[in-house]
Amino acid sequence: MDFRDSPDEAEFRSELRSWLAAELPPDWGEREPHVGRWDFEAARRWTRNLFDAGYAGLTWPTEYGGRGLSPTYQGIYLEETARIDAPDHIGVIGLGMAGPTIIAHGTPEQKETHLRGILSGETIFCQGFSEPGSGSDLASVRTRSEREGDEFVVNGQKVWSSYAHVADYCILLTRSEAGSQKHRGLTYLLVDMHSEGVEVRPLRQITGDPEFNEVFLTDVRVPVSNVVGEVGGGWGVAMTTLLHERGTLGFALTARLDALFRRLVSTAQKTGAASDPLVRDRIADLYVDLQGLRFTNYRSLTALMKTGVPGPEGSVAKLHWSEANQRLTSLARELLGADGQLDGEGAFWNGYWQYQQLRSRGNTIEAGTSEILRNIVAERVLGLPRSR
Amino acid sequence: MDFAFSEEQEMLRAAAREWLADRYPADRVATLADGDEGWDPGVWKELTELGWLDPELDLLEQAVLAEEAGYALLPAPWFSSVALAGAAVGGPPSRPATLAWADDAARTLREAANTVSCRADDDVDGWRLTGVKRAVPDVGAAAIAVVAAREHDRVTLFRVDLADHPEVVHPLSTVDRTRRLGELRLDGTPAERLDLDAGVALRTVRRRALALLACEAAGLTQRALDLAVEHAKTRTQFERPIGSYQGVSHRLANVYTALALARSLAYRAAWCVAEDDPAQDEAVASAAVAAARAAVGGCENAIQSMGGIGFTWDHPLHRYYKRAQWIASFDGSPSRHRAELADLVLG
Repeated sequence: MDFRDSPDEAEFRSELRSWLAAELPPDWGEREPHVGRWDFEAARRWTRNLFDAGYAGLTWPTEYGGRGLSPTYQGIYLEETARIDAPDHIGVIGLGMAGPTIIAHGTPEQKETHLRGILSGETIFCQGFSEPGSGSDLASVRTRSEREGDEFVVNGQKVWSSYAHVADYCILLTRSEAGSQKHRGLTYLLVDMHSEGVEVRPLRQITGDPEFNEVFLTDVRVPVSNVVGEVGGGWGVAMTTLLHERGTLGFALTARLDALFRRLVSTAQKTGAASDPLVRDRIADLYVDLQGLRFTNYRSLTALMKTGVPGPEGSVAKLHWSEANQRLTSLARELLGADGQLDGEGAFWNGYWQYQQLRSRGNTIEAGTSEILRNIVAERVLGLPRSR
Repeated sequence: MDFAFSEEQEMLRAAAREWLADRYPADRVATLADGDEGWDPGVWKELTELGWLDPELDLLEQAVLAEEAGYALLPAPWFSSVALAGAAVGGPPSRPATLAWADDAARTLREAANTVSCRADDDVDGWRLTGVKRAVPDVGAAAIAVVAAREHDRVTLFRVDLADHPEVVHPLSTVDRTRRLGELRLDGTPAERLDLDAGVALRTVRRRALALLACEAAGLTQRALDLAVEHAKTRTQFERPIGSYQGVSHRLANVYTALALARSLAYRAAWCVAEDDPAQDEAVASAAVAAARAAVGGCENAIQSMGGIGFTWDHPLHRYYKRAQWIASFDGSPSRHRAELADLVLG
């Protein structure tokens, strides 16, 4: 047991710190937080910067443009970028889900076509798993893919597809065997979002932002060469995607919660609430949540490096984070009192907390609802019988 | 970064677990808890032979033992001897021992470092202590007490041989019958003055004790969870195991989540204290808050999951619950630890 950086890790951290300091404006960390949607082109430029400097795909194999480093380095990267509030890599889905899935199950051509673009921010991916009416029941996929010669013809509808409005490609789970049930007969496709028959309709969410979308697929033709894994073997491929979604999520979420916590502290100080013993108690409680998440991530990271599989601790990180994040943002807005109902210009930090608080309601729904995650913990970790 | 116990530490864990399971099955713990002494003094020799009292054991190894002791609810003055008396004097004692810090002027270890009401007087024959020390852990089992007393205007630590002065020991009825509290009623009782800085010693005790108790809490929460999970798998209602109802399974998933976080913070606290890391006070306070939350909440959820049986004296759960409460009330309360954390993050 040793929580200190190894000499190599310390060197990596210090290089990254210097690089960030040189790339970002000097007052970057002290600026008022940014509210709402990110600037797409700025995010893409920043991503290119990250890629050129070798900070995109730290854990990816070197032959695919990554650096082949252990997940510890990704953890350091996330800690350091969160520490000064650096922008995120634009390709959340590509980097965390599509890329690792293609590395694990893709053909050499698929790797050649997509991986570099994901890292550099040229290719944006979205995820097409959820469907209207299916929600958390992923295996009830109804979007059909029917083979015609060298192509699949895809028809159906997906929903809650984050980034679909800006995406170049979609990882799409389809039913390729008519009449098949549940996990059987599914095929995992890489679909060019610019294909004919793909229609994206943004859905406005509780914050007012159109962050996710409905995707309508009408006779979309997808080359058979875009199948990831086996035809009919899409469920296993999708599980790889979800494993990576949750595997890499813990660190990213905790790093963001850390940044949010520092803003909560600053808000408590600015509003005078920092002297209220009841507020102090709640902030300290949130601090324990944050530390608990951080060191649980470390523990599951160590398990991953020692055994090659993420420890069960990792499965609780998202569950606990989502609720801690909701408590934090709700407390922050509460500290603003009646001003917490103001929005936009003139509001505290232009309505930053109002936005964060509303956005946080999605945390216990997206990427596996808290109910589904509790089922996973109950059944796979505790070994309790399946709930019906 | 490496957040795992070493192979040797894991071997120590396996050996401790095996010995505890063999020596302290639930029915034996129940018999001891309901008995007069609360423990079997014969075990001290065994603990010594097994190496639980080795001066070479570092805090991480003690943390492993504390977690397993919590899982089995070891009814013996090991914690009091090692984490309280031993941490004060710089090593584990050869006989069962404890530390007496609380009295009318000081409730917590932090307060006791500055002022206590118990008085030390220099006599021609040596030092003599006068005053009542309260809530002394395992005092009925201890042969030696390390006592914080006021020497003129400063706090100093003294050693009192309780075997020679049994009349000063007053065991009290305690909720947790496997780790009892009592009073020391000192009235000109001879004592040996310890040549060490009491402030430093009491700070060390506090850190080590809280870190080890957080590990103990992780162990007992795991046991409460195991008991509840076993029950939820086998107990059927409406023709289904109750663990298939989300009302039960989600409750237990929440216990697991709280335990995962508390365990991480407990191990981290032990490492930080062992390494004298600059973050150790924050680490200890965070671990203490998470440990109390996981252990007390975990036992409460386990009791609820058990239904009526969980509320009986015959079922072992209540003993875990009582130990959880003991841990949560050690040297203050979770709200005091949170106040300390608030000072750290808010100034």
